Amino acid sequence: MSLDKFYYENKLPKLFAIASIFWGLVGMLLGVIAAFQLAYPILNFSDFFPHLAFGRLRPVHTNAVIFAFVGNGIFTAVYYSIPRLLKTPMWSEKLGKIHFWGWQLIIVLAAVTLLFGFTTGKEYAELEWPIDILITLIWVVFGINMFGTILTRRERHLYVAIWFFIASWVTVAMLHIVNSMEMPASFLKSYSMYAGVQDALVQWWYGHNAVAFFLTTPYLGLMYYFLPKAANRPVYSYRLSIVHFWSLIFLYIWAGPHHLLYTALPDWAQSLGTVFSIMLILPSWGGMLNGLFTLRGAWDKVREDPVLKFFVVAVTCYGMSTFEGPMLSLKNVNAISHYSDWTVAHVHIGALGWNGFMTFGMMYWLIPKLWNTQLYSKKLASQHFWIGTLGILLYAIPMYWSSFRSYFMMKAFTPEGQLQYQFIDIVQTVVPFYAIRALGGTVFLIGVVMMIYNLMKTAKQGTFVEREEAEAAPLVKNYVAPANSFWHSVIERKPLLLLVLSLVVVALGGLFELIPTFLVKENVPTIASVKPYTPLELQGRDIYIREGCYNCHSQMIRPFRYEVARYGEYSKAGEFVYDHPFQWGSKRTGPDLARIGGKYGDSWHFNHMLEPTSMAPGSIMPTYPSLFKNTIDKASTNSKIHAMRNLGVPYPKGYESIANDDLEKQAKKIADGLKENKIEVMSDKEIIALIAYLQRLGKDIKLENK
Amino acid sequence: MKFSTYLVKITGVSIYPILSLLLFVAFFLIVTYWVYSIDKNEIQRLENLPLDDKK
Repeated sequence: MSLDKFYYENKLPKLFAIASIFWGLVGMLLGVIAAFQLAYPILNFSDFFPHLAFGRLRPVHTNAVIFAFVGNGIFTAVYYSIPRLLKTPMWSEKLGKIHFWGWQLIIVLAAVTLLFGFTTGKEYAELEWPIDILITLIWVVFGINMFGTILTRRERHLYVAIWFFIASWVTVAMLHIVNSMEMPASFLKSYSMYAGVQDALVQWWYGHNAVAFFLTTPYLGLMYYFLPKAANRPVYSYRLSIVHFWSLIFLYIWAGPHHLLYTALPDWAQSLGTVFSIMLILPSWGGMLNGLFTLRGAWDKVREDPVLKFFVVAVTCYGMSTFEGPMLSLKNVNAISHYSDWTVAHVHIGALGWNGFMTFGMMYWLIPKLWNTQLYSKKLASQHFWIGTLGILLYAIPMYWSSFRSYFMMKAFTPEGQLQYQFIDIVQTVVPFYAIRALGGTVFLIGVVMMIYNLMKTAKQGTFVEREEAEAAPLVKNYVAPANSFWHSVIERKPLLLLVLSLVVVALGGLFELIPTFLVKENVPTIASVKPYTPLELQGRDIYIREGCYNCHSQMIRPFRYEVARYGEYSKAGEFVYDHPFQWGSKRTGPDLARIGGKYGDSWHFNHMLEPTSMAPGSIMPTYPSLFKNTIDKASTNSKIHAMRNLGVPYPKGYESIANDDLEKQAKKIADGLKENKIEVMSDKEIIALIAYLQRLGKDIKLENK
Repeated sequence: MKFSTYLVKITGVSIYPILSLLLFVAFFLIVTYWVYSIDKNEIQRLENLPLDDKK
């Protein structure tokens, strides 16, 4: 049979690789700055740039690392490996270019809008609706290009790495669309379509699986391709990799509710999350061992080759994280870890160790190949490896330590039955750990700078190979499988069937969890005294979301003695029925705010926002001087109320046109009250709206108890 | 978002984890059976796919 001649184009893998490294540098730098801000709040520079305060910077950091650094890393691997595995060029270079530039545009838009406070307030899905639509379009372009390539392949069988890419693509599409359902109130402001408990479940179904299908499965595809390449030997067990694939994608999707243990989420959903999280250990460790055993009999190479060094530690970190994850989803362990620095340590073992080192290993292997040369300095790469490892340890250990320390302080009671420590005591005791953590991040970042230097030198000494010639026989039409082949090979040969099966498998868990939570009334018992927010409170809530308060404050009191004693009555599902989006948070760098309403006077909040340390000496909260200058955006009240009513919040018909009257009345009352405390402030300043919102929190239930 | 047709409660909700566990075990067994029924030579060809991309 005649062989077709064709070319592997290297331009797109090159562009994606450069983008991944560049955004990695930016994202990690922002992470280091945010880490230092927690230790030294003066670095928030609130007086000069309200855009750089921790609450706005942290989402930019997380989005940059996940979607820019890792995202471009995934695309590098896809655009390099798929053509080679399928013996065909990428289907369309034009779509590839649109994909590349579109994705970079999304990243830039994301960074700018987040810094300017345009956010949906849902973690890792903070981008506003026009960008969400753009993401969907570019994702479809990517999918068309990938499937076009798969459908025009010259190798009938799809190697397992491609399965991981396909499943990742389809699942991310599903997660993104379901979680981004939102009602626009204006061009850059929208409200989540779901409220309270339901919003929380959808969000963590998304959030957990963003970790699974953006940070894990595509990188497993990367592992199954680049690890055998670098070691120059096939994967330890191809059979195991197939079991790994199917069990992993089946189980992962169910595990989301483990982010909501002991919250107001119905108990049965919490239990499901726990059961499936525990089961996840098996496929995850199967995958880890498969990666490590690939090096059996080749461990001497690991001593020499920096690429393999990075891969070994990356896979080990994957194993550690995927053991730790199931442990964290046990309710008794989660009681300690949730809202604490433990979670932060856990995700950074994954992000720095697994994603970081996997990417670095790939780059050290790939860049010399693309420029047809040797790595400029193996020694420097080895030094990067050691510095990076040290950085991870310096990052993680203080975080583990501080989480236990704060847990024991948080739950300490005096013999008289009083809480032994104020929240601020605990904050002060963990600040030194934050400083060490920031140092760990800096060390890791230095390693990245060394890598960039090394790779630039490498590229300089070689010449870029635009395209590589290859030849292969085309696929036979009317293929008949040999008589001894098994039914499974049908799935392996049919990419669209594989796509559909993957979607069915990942959709199952979502259906089991989401539908009952939405359709069963018992899951969200209504509380008669819970009323919609007043227009002023709604404006205040939007300021709360804009400033990213949820990055440090939770609004969900768990049913523990030490939480109830500290924050008040534990939270009920029915209290959040008008919360579009929910603001339960996932981390308590500051105290819980679910029942902050009425705890302090208006003047306390006024002074606290102006200068937190004046009310709480030792506080690490940024100051918010801009709230005292900016006026409330009253022009938006109408469309906001309208959007909320469309989502089912029972504002009376036509209320939007008179809502501002109520807003002004309530604002004047607060301003007058402040005046009695000798605080002069105009009633149209943003601080008034924020105070109104904070004073409302948790009050509905208090009224009922009276 | 409004839902007009609410179920009032889920009866026997404890069946959910068990049902899903069974579902997974069945799925797992099928995949395992499938995987071990693949021909050895075929597996060897498949696992070497990343290594012979020069042809």
